[in-house]
Amino acid sequence: MKAAVLVFPGSNCDRDLAVALKGAGAEVEMVWHKDTALPRGIDLVAVPGGFSFGDYLRCGAIAANSPVIRSVVQHAQRGGYVLGVCNGFQVLTESGLLPGALMRNAGLRFVCREAALRTETSDSAFTRAYTAGAALRLPVAHHDGNYVADSETLTRLAAEDRVAFTYAEPVNGSMNDIAGILSENRRVLGMMPHPERAVDPVQGGVHGQALFRGLTAAFEAA
Amino acid sequence: MKARVEIMLKQGVLDPQGEAVRHALSALGFDGVGGVRQGKLIELELEDGLADPEALVREMCERLLANTVIESYRIEIPGQEGRA
Repeated sequence: MKAAVLVFPGSNCDRDLAVALKGAGAEVEMVWHKDTALPRGIDLVAVPGGFSFGDYLRCGAIAANSPVIRSVVQHAQRGGYVLGVCNGFQVLTESGLLPGALMRNAGLRFVCREAALRTETSDSAFTRAYTAGAALRLPVAHHDGNYVADSETLTRLAAEDRVAFTYAEPVNGSMNDIAGILSENRRVLGMMPHPERAVDPVQGGVHGQALFRGLTAAFEAA
Repeated sequence: MKARVEIMLKQGVLDPQGEAVRHALSALGFDGVGGVRQGKLIELELEDGLADPEALVREMCERLLANTVIESYRIEIPGQEGRA
C-alpha cells in the first residue's frame, strides 16, 4: 500500500502517522499542503492531527481550502482511501468529504487522555481487523471533537452502518457518542481518537495497530 | 467599502461557550439573563466599484467564512443587507 501523509503548518501528528503506517508495512510519502498533485499511485491519503493554521477561523477550515485538498477530493471521488485523524477529521468535514461538523467540546476543556471506545462496524478496510461491538482504548487529545449533524444525517449514518467508532464514556458531548464515521463508499474514515498513538507498547497501548494492519492487509489481499 | 459578516451558531445548535458565559454572568450577580449566544464578527475591506459586493461576500461565506452545517451568517454592507 502506498500512503501519502499530508503536512500543514501546525500539523503535529504527521510523523506519528507515518511511523504507524510504515510499521504496518505501508510505503509512505509526506506531502506538503501547497502541492497541487498527489504522488503517483497513492492508495491512501492520511490527514494528520495537530493545529493546522493555528485553528484560525474554525479548526480545519483553512487547511480544507489548501491546494492539496482539491487533489484529495478527486482521489476520494475516484474511490481512493482517505483517513483523517483528529484535526484530519475536522479537515474532512470542512472539505465536505464527510458529513457533519466538530464543535467545541461540551465541557469546554481540551480533553487529553485515553478514552474507552467501541468499534461499531467491521465493514470497512479500516475496521476489518476489529470485531464489531468490541471495546478498545485509544488516546484522545482535542478541544473541538463534539460531533454535530442534523437528525437526518445521524439517522442515515446509523442506517447505513457508517458509524465506525463510538465513545463508551462521556468525552466531548458528541451526538450519539460518535467518535468516527465512514463515507458512503466506506473508503473515507474520520475519527477524533488517535490510533497512531497506540501502535507500540512503549506508547502505553497497541489498540490502534489493528487499524493500520487491517488497512495494509486489505490492499495485499486485493 | 467595508462589509461586515456576523456569524452565529444556527438556532437549535447548542452553544457551550454561550452557556459558560451565561453561567459566569449569573455568578457575578447579573440575574435575568435568559440565554447567551456567542458568535463572530468579520470585517472585510473591499475594493470600491465592485458590481455585486453582496454576492461576492455571500460566496466567501459559503466557501470559507461560515460552516453552514452549524452556522448562519448575516452580511452587512452599507446600503444593502441579507441573511442566509
